[in-house]
Amino acid sequence: MRLVILDNYDLASEWAAKYICNRIIQFKPGQDRYFTLGLPTGSTPLGCYKKLIEYHKNGHLSFKYVKTFNMDEYVGLPRNHPESYHSYMWNNFFKHIDIDPNNAHILDGNAADLQAECDAFEKKIKEAGGIDLFVGGIGPDGHIAFNEPGSSLVSRTRLKTLAMDTILANAKYFDGDLTKVPTMALTVGVGTVMDAREVMILITGAHKAFALYKAIEEGVNHMWTVSAFQQHPRTIFVCDEDATLELRVKTVKYFKGLMHVHNKLVDPLFSMKDGN
Amino acid sequence: MRGEQGAAGARVLQFTNCRILRGGKLLREDLWVRGGRILDPEKLFFEERRVADERRDCGGRILAPGFIDVQINGGFGVDFSQATENVCSGVALVARRILSHGVTSFCPTLVTSPPEVYHKVVPQIPVKSGGPHGAGVLGLHLEGPFISREKRGAHPEAHLRSFEANAFQDLLATYGPLDNVRIVTLAPELGRSHEVIRELTARGICVSLGHSVADLRAAEDAVWSGATFITHLFNAMLPFHHRDPGIVGLLTSDRLPAGRCIFYGMIADGTHTNPAALRIAHRAHPQGLVLVTDAIPALGLGNGRHTLGQQEVEVDGLTAYVAGTKTLSGSIAPMDVCVRHFLQATGCSVESALEAASLHPAQLLGLEKSKGTLDFGADADFVVLDDSLHVQATYISGELVWQAEAARQ
Repeated sequence: MRLVILDNYDLASEWAAKYICNRIIQFKPGQDRYFTLGLPTGSTPLGCYKKLIEYHKNGHLSFKYVKTFNMDEYVGLPRNHPESYHSYMWNNFFKHIDIDPNNAHILDGNAADLQAECDAFEKKIKEAGGIDLFVGGIGPDGHIAFNEPGSSLVSRTRLKTLAMDTILANAKYFDGDLTKVPTMALTVGVGTVMDAREVMILITGAHKAFALYKAIEEGVNHMWTVSAFQQHPRTIFVCDEDATLELRVKTVKYFKGLMHVHNKLVDPLFSMKDGN
Repeated sequence: MRGEQGAAGARVLQFTNCRILRGGKLLREDLWVRGGRILDPEKLFFEERRVADERRDCGGRILAPGFIDVQINGGFGVDFSQATENVCSGVALVARRILSHGVTSFCPTLVTSPPEVYHKVVPQIPVKSGGPHGAGVLGLHLEGPFISREKRGAHPEAHLRSFEANAFQDLLATYGPLDNVRIVTLAPELGRSHEVIRELTARGICVSLGHSVADLRAAEDAVWSGATFITHLFNAMLPFHHRDPGIVGLLTSDRLPAGRCIFYGMIADGTHTNPAALRIAHRAHPQGLVLVTDAIPALGLGNGRHTLGQQEVEVDGLTAYVAGTKTLSGSIAPMDVCVRHFLQATGCSVESALEAASLHPAQLLGLEKSKGTLDFGADADFVVLDDSLHVQATYISGELVWQAEAARQ
């Protein structure tokens, strides 16, 4: 893996956004060649989305030939509920960029047949040629998407019941009222994300530090599902200082020492204005 | 026509780079319009999977719901209370000219007149949607003749009436059919007013208290009978007194029906109400304040002598008097001037000033689902304003119907 450590949340968000920007532009997407991006929700990626929007508004990055697949969506929450992941993606990303609505895929948590909806989602990913870069986050319980502790590490898109840790973590979005938090969600599986050609996990904040430790310094374990990516050929973990608080000094020093190498991935920052 | 010609196929317009008034706040959001109505872009994206057909950059300006004037007696030489041969074209002229003031809907107002005038004029001014031809007519405002002699102001004494004898029948005999009527201003101290108020309210006509010497108790009783508005607060009513606040006391009365909001018109032209009085009313009951122009035919004409109802008026600058007296005859300040003056005099937020000219009059008339807001599904009647609240452009049903010279290409 690459462990990219930035000083703070803003710098981590910017590094991640620059990386995504460069990957898309270097791919040279076009009419018959879409770049497929897996996308997360939550508070961690907000800074990254803001920067991507900035690059788009300044004319450096277009999402015209980008297809997106979100990781998850709550079950039973109306699509236009302010806390649905559809609302999140619209307000924090889609409404600010030029993506074709037909290319923005999010699981429908109100589908009549939930498993069929999940199967159809897997099929869409396959038809799009697989995911080029899956961007994700990590839960305090070490989950990727809603693959809660105990999820199979080869799982596919399916219905999951949320763990108490997750419900507690999400309560802040529902007026702190636990009874209002959805208890089930549709989510891509660990296996689904592992199929991506490249994976980037954003981890910021001290409250995620223990999960990061479990995910990269301990073994592959279905209780900390992000640990599965130890077996992925191309994974990048982008963190801020606070997220590394539970790691060994040796680990942190080693990867900080590699920042000059990591930074070559984002500097120079490409732009579509340069005739790319 | 709004939303009727297969709205799903109609062009989607996206107004970008603007701040829109929504939910009482100025938000940095785009405004989406289709089929003459405000569109929910999230729904469009996820359900129809469509993007805008056309984008219009608003240069960072403010987009507010179009202003609604519920008390305007005429303008540009036109007098709504005159039974001329071309009532329709007169209304149309005013409707078109007030677009530049940011007004997208209005209630042509008739002052106290003899029955012949009502019978001739009222049927000729139907409710009408706005458009490039002019602001929409929401219905007529009949101010008088059932008002107080003592507080008639500029209304002609000879034509004042009472409905003591036959209550509602007297009113019908005076006005004729009420199909085109939206608001009636009357004095509740007149005998049998409660029957009349109840009857008007039952027919969906807004009853307003004004030109009256009613005390607070009588005013409260009138509200219980159905009155929901006060015509130009402070003017033509008993002054506020600390032991009998009169009609003004309705603003803070605790004897009104639960959940009922009393609305009150204010002429914020810098003349009709002292700024301190404006502030007192606003601070006492900001949610009920409705900006009105009470504009007279001299609006937009300049200094000199003009006709209002059955009387002559003299215009001097921004003030109009009953000719030969010091009695105010009505205002000649356009609605956008009133909004700016109100903002400056009260120090209120821009959002409050804008709502006083749009949301509140819509709420008064029970139209807030379609007018006075930029909520999804509302009619796309809005104004483009610069930061000092000068009107740059006016839209009705999502169509540009007026534009300031400087903004034209």
